[in-house]
Amino acid sequence: MNRQLTRVGWVAMALIVALVVGTTYWQTWARPGLAARQDNEIQRVAEFQIRRGLILAPTRVLARNRPQQRRGKTLYFRKYPQGRLAAHVVGYSTVSRSRAGLEKSLNGTLTGTERGLADLVERQLNDLRGKPIVGDTVVTTLDLRAQRVALEQLGRTCGAVAAIDPRSGKLLVMASSPSYDPNLVESRFSEIGRITADCRPAAPLVNRASQGLYPPGSIFKVVTASAALETNRFAPDSIFTDPGYCIAYGKRVNNFDTSSPFGRLSLATALQYSVNSVFCNIGKALGAKRILEQSRKFGFYERPPLETPDGERYPSGLYRGGELWFPTRDSDVDAGRMAFGQERMLVTPLQMAMVAGGIGNAGIVMRPYVVEKVVSPRGKTVSRTGRERLDRAVGPVNARDIGDMMVRAVEAGTGTAARIPGFRVGGKTGTAETGVAGRNTTWFIAFAGRPGERPSVAIAVALERQSLTGGATAAPIARAVMEAILIPAGNP
Amino acid sequence: MSARNRELLTLFLAGLVASSAFASAWLSDVAEIDYGWLPWAGILGGIFVVAHLVARWTVPEADPTLLPLTALISAIGLTFVYRLDPQDGRRQLVWVAVGVLAFALVLFWLRFDYRVLERYKYVFGVSAIVLLMLPSIPGLGERVNGVRLWVEVGPLRFQPGEIAKIFLVIFLAGYLRDKREALARGRLKDFGPLLAIWGGAMLVLVQTSDLGSALLNFGIFLAMLYAATGRLSYVVAGLVLFAGGATVLYDSLSRVQQRVTVWLEPWTDEKVYCSLNGALEYRQNCDSYQLVKSLYSIANGGYGGTGIGKGTFQTVDGTQLIPYLQTDFIYSAIAQELGLIGAAAVLLLFLALVARGMRVALVAHDGFSKLLAAGLAFGFALQTFIIVGGVLRIVPLTGITLPFVSYGGSSVVSNFVMLALLMLVSHRAVRTAPT
Repeated sequence: MNRQLTRVGWVAMALIVALVVGTTYWQTWARPGLAARQDNEIQRVAEFQIRRGLILAPTRVLARNRPQQRRGKTLYFRKYPQGRLAAHVVGYSTVSRSRAGLEKSLNGTLTGTERGLADLVERQLNDLRGKPIVGDTVVTTLDLRAQRVALEQLGRTCGAVAAIDPRSGKLLVMASSPSYDPNLVESRFSEIGRITADCRPAAPLVNRASQGLYPPGSIFKVVTASAALETNRFAPDSIFTDPGYCIAYGKRVNNFDTSSPFGRLSLATALQYSVNSVFCNIGKALGAKRILEQSRKFGFYERPPLETPDGERYPSGLYRGGELWFPTRDSDVDAGRMAFGQERMLVTPLQMAMVAGGIGNAGIVMRPYVVEKVVSPRGKTVSRTGRERLDRAVGPVNARDIGDMMVRAVEAGTGTAARIPGFRVGGKTGTAETGVAGRNTTWFIAFAGRPGERPSVAIAVALERQSLTGGATAAPIARAVMEAILIPAGNP
Repeated sequence: MSARNRELLTLFLAGLVASSAFASAWLSDVAEIDYGWLPWAGILGGIFVVAHLVARWTVPEADPTLLPLTALISAIGLTFVYRLDPQDGRRQLVWVAVGVLAFALVLFWLRFDYRVLERYKYVFGVSAIVLLMLPSIPGLGERVNGVRLWVEVGPLRFQPGEIAKIFLVIFLAGYLRDKREALARGRLKDFGPLLAIWGGAMLVLVQTSDLGSALLNFGIFLAMLYAATGRLSYVVAGLVLFAGGATVLYDSLSRVQQRVTVWLEPWTDEKVYCSLNGALEYRQNCDSYQLVKSLYSIANGGYGGTGIGKGTFQTVDGTQLIPYLQTDFIYSAIAQELGLIGAAAVLLLFLALVARGMRVALVAHDGFSKLLAAGLAFGFALQTFIIVGGVLRIVPLTGITLPFVSYGGSSVVSNFVMLALLMLVSHRAVRTAPT
């Protein structure tokens, strides 16, 4: 019988060996795949055992940790001391609703998982000592004083303000209204759903500064003017005749104010007073594709580069059926209407701040960024964001010419509400009509700085459901925010 | 060195390993180092020293590795049960003590000649069937987690299936020793009782929906049948019969069906029918929830494991991740906290136990002893395979216990009885060895 017994013994032992093989499979081969699965709560717990790095505005804490003891483990939950102030940039990191904003896109940095091999040993040692993993701190470029002014100015109005330093690309203000308190996301999310504002749905979680796609209206004329000068087909002093309207595709397109046609006027004057018919004719002369090529140089048709999650930044451009669309033929688009900002053109405030900044910065669009630097838990600077040129949008001479036109628009044109004594401000108003009274989107884009110096701020303000013009509604807000940036606290 | 002295020395080493494991489970829970774990180590150590002394008195020549291996496996089991639920840990300690008491009683009772059992083989056979049927008697059996396994008598709740397994092995050892020549020749009428066993297994399967014990008992039966007759064709025929029976019954066994579906496809990308609430749900959130969470737990262990007491078994808000963690799924807790190295080591302890058990069968002199030892050892192996293999998704998951490790009284006690029988066979084999 021993021969059979030996065989049974081998089978019995093979069964156990199979278990060792099975365990090896799950703990080595299958491990990364399982760790990456959405419903793997063990990974979630591991994430919350990490002491995330802080998120700072240069002097204020935007996100810090709130440690809690749970079953012998220390879990770190987030606390946002500034509440709704920078909610759309900072975002949130929660158990119940995952993450958004920088908390999402910089998760690797904040949890310290993107550090080099040198730290690996230390991490293992800390693990053995029972110390938590500590993530890197992120310092942002936000100017919280100006950010607060922007939110206050927006009030109950739905809309957004984006402001950058055009010389570097630093994001100074990114305010979206209505905002929300990220501290409520974890367990009182329904309160966020009950937020109301002067639009419906209020959609407080949407970052209108980079996700809000609005028809640009007349602010797009800055892009058209750039294309006009860059192609050398027109000059600032090119003369047009304004009959008060323009015929585009057989339809009459009126100026904003048809009662008093300008008659003979230059391109410069046309921008100063935002004369539709002139830009309509420029558009027809250039064709849609040339203008769109120019818009590309300002950053259209790409998600504006910023450290926030990709899904929270939309590209500007022509949209067809909800999709970004670049026409293959000029005849696909009504170039005349597009030239002054109608015709399925949709833009974000962030993109338009980049346009204003590009003009102000001698034609060079800088890559926008919101992360100033990353600092290790020991205070060592891990990385610092350098200024980087995104593109040259227009030549320096043309940029100066268009800039001068915008300055005239503020000094004695449509944007006088944005004047700031002692500073050189150039701007452009926009009023995108929806055809329904009180439902217009109004705009103001501008750059400003000390006279004789490169402008130190570029801004875009977009407001939903307005009944007045951009010059009356958006320009004062832009002015207030720019003042907060330009004039340091304490100074009169 | 005598067998018992070697046993004592090995027990001491096992005690060191077990104490450090338990101490780290204990210390992971407290803020400052204290010595609250010492009484536990002391009591458990004491229990096994008693077991050793009883063995020294009753079966001095028995294999010296069986008891230390069992002790270490039980101690690891106790450590994890305690770590997952200290209350259950306390009860498990009591059950180990009861188990060792049963171990001692069996050794004492059968210390002269265990082969008297052979005389009552039919009594054991019938009792095994009756015990297996007990849970399906209305009013007596209790359905837990969809499976009828428990019997409730007053305040006591026990799993008769665990005892039935031992009775079945004794019956088969006696019956097969008796009829092995006839069976080997293939005389048809001797297959009557065997077909009855097959029918019984099927009946029990239908009654209790418990594929696990049906598979275990039938597997032990086939292994012993092969050992007795040497006819591989019987094993094949048996497997075909079992598979055939299971296939025929498959449609009426919704629970078994569900287990197989979960085994084949635990993750779905779209929502499928959920048997728990009848709604549409991702399978990983419903029927295969437990298996999937357990696989995550195992995978989280990696090579080295998280360390005892440092594994994650609760969600962020503190709810239990894996239901039945202390019983059916204790292996996924072990695998997470000890990692591949530790889990493999635990499996190797089982391997050693099975190998030594098989060796006992090899050195035994008479057919009954050989078949008894082989049946018991193979039983340990197959039971370990069915539950751990289920947790590892090698076979469909069926809820049976991991010998000596899982939390549960019936299981611990019956496993110690099996150990006692193995040691009795081993002792006799050495004592009566022709020199």
